[in-house]
Amino acid sequence: MAGDDLQKRAATAIVWLLLLGMPFWLPAIGGYTELGARVVVLGLAAMSLNFLLGYTGVLSFGHAAYFGLGAYGAGMTIRYLVPSTSLSIIVGTLAGTIAAALIGPMIIRLRGVYFAMVTIAFGQTFYFIAFRWNTVTGGDDGLIGWTRQPLDFGFAKIDILHDSVAFYYLVLVLFAVAVGCMAWLLRSPFGRTLLAIRENERRARFLGIPVDQHIWISWVISCCFVSLAGALYALLNNFVDPRALYWSQSGDFVIMAVLGGMRSFWGPLLGAAIFVVLQDYLSSQTQNWMSFVGLFFVLVVLFFPRGVLGIIRRRAAA
Amino acid sequence: MSLLRVENVSKHFGSLVAVNNISMVVEPGELRAVIGPNGAGKTTFFNLISGFFPPTSGRIVFNGEDITALKPARRVWRGMARTFQITEVFPELPVRENLRIAVEVAAGNRLNPWLSRDADGEVRARIVELMDMGGLADKADRLVGELAHGDQRATEIMMALALNPRLLLLDEPTAGMGDQETYDITQLIRKLHREEKLAIVLIEHDMRVVFHLADRIMVLAEGEPLAEGTPREIGANEAVQAAYLGKAAA
Repeated sequence: MAGDDLQKRAATAIVWLLLLGMPFWLPAIGGYTELGARVVVLGLAAMSLNFLLGYTGVLSFGHAAYFGLGAYGAGMTIRYLVPSTSLSIIVGTLAGTIAAALIGPMIIRLRGVYFAMVTIAFGQTFYFIAFRWNTVTGGDDGLIGWTRQPLDFGFAKIDILHDSVAFYYLVLVLFAVAVGCMAWLLRSPFGRTLLAIRENERRARFLGIPVDQHIWISWVISCCFVSLAGALYALLNNFVDPRALYWSQSGDFVIMAVLGGMRSFWGPLLGAAIFVVLQDYLSSQTQNWMSFVGLFFVLVVLFFPRGVLGIIRRRAAA
Repeated sequence: MSLLRVENVSKHFGSLVAVNNISMVVEPGELRAVIGPNGAGKTTFFNLISGFFPPTSGRIVFNGEDITALKPARRVWRGMARTFQITEVFPELPVRENLRIAVEVAAGNRLNPWLSRDADGEVRARIVELMDMGGLADKADRLVGELAHGDQRATEIMMALALNPRLLLLDEPTAGMGDQETYDITQLIRKLHREEKLAIVLIEHDMRVVFHLADRIMVLAEGEPLAEGTPREIGANEAVQAAYLGKAAA
């Protein structure tokens, strides 16, 4: 037990060191800082999805809806309201979270594939709104004519627009807060009720856990952090388009989580890293990059159901 | 006041009448067995009591309160815990964590994002107490899914007990067990009844277990009550022998 714990702590320390040093080592191996920020942002989205998928046992195929709401919320705040990066992040996160909280009661009674289907349906609704409402969202062309703004602390200004390293660390700080919250929750009595629901819903119910209520809370938490990821994604690109809301984006999150390993806390981050790097590299080589990602995904699921991190762990244990 | 009062409950599934007009009264501290041939409606009757589904008609009163329309979780909060015919545990979690979840929920911590040092100490102490009582102390860190059937069942019973119930419902606690395991579980149930003064209703097929444990027995046949009485009375009841015991003895 103690050795196990030590190993876990060491692994966590390594992950944080790699993330902290990313702007320094990534360019050295041929990457660039924005790619690192992309990994962290999409990693946050995948880890948020996994809070629901891996730790509550509920599969959502519509997380792009809240990711996209976060993105549009952030972009539209700067475009139409106030040129403030911090406010845009808050508005984006709140927009997605509130939408999830309202939609939640309509879907939490559903299970399995029915839940997944209805989350897709709600997601597509938001997609079509963004797609059609040209005057406000920019429609198919996306929301343009805005950029992320310098962070103003009163005593100091940080130019996150032109200094991509500074922006990376802003993303990393928010990532750390979000991930820290999720890790904390999973180790709490509430987090254990989620594991209980994942493991055996009937037993959970007959232990006196109101399962629907707990799934709703887990759903809102998961969507809150995926909205945050969406807001950061918009700021990263200085752009939002309806594809951020499209169902295939939800599918990408599921792929990242499963690819990396949905039964491990860090798995989805690894999955996101693999996905983003493959996308970045392969899409410059071929238009059909997604079929290679798909093939890789199928192979991992077939032969290593616990994901890439599952393989590494097994190696470490052997 | 009676602990549990089931009044004329029926359950229809379409045209099938699974339970027809059954009544039962259980007193505090009583151990009641429900027996009957396969398809007699025993498990359906149990599911009505524990709130798995609502009855088509009739009323269920627990501790003086009408609970007919309450969901399972709310019945648990009022002091009703159950186990299942097919053991329902958290197979991929260790014994200790299975019990921890039950203990924390029972202590009202289900929504807590944080547990104080004192509260955590109390939870740990209670887990140890339960593991000792259930004979699980040496298996604390084993995954429940890897344990022998009898130990899985003991874990499930201890999880139910962790909820501090006034009434414990056991659906075939010795189903699928060998002689030694059956004996161990029987001793455990007897201990809960005698030492913890727990009211228990159990469904059981093993007649040795039933006659050994029960204060009173209710016999069901084809969804209807056939007889009720002490083990001695039931043993002597000719209708019961004809419908059930006779067949088993032959």
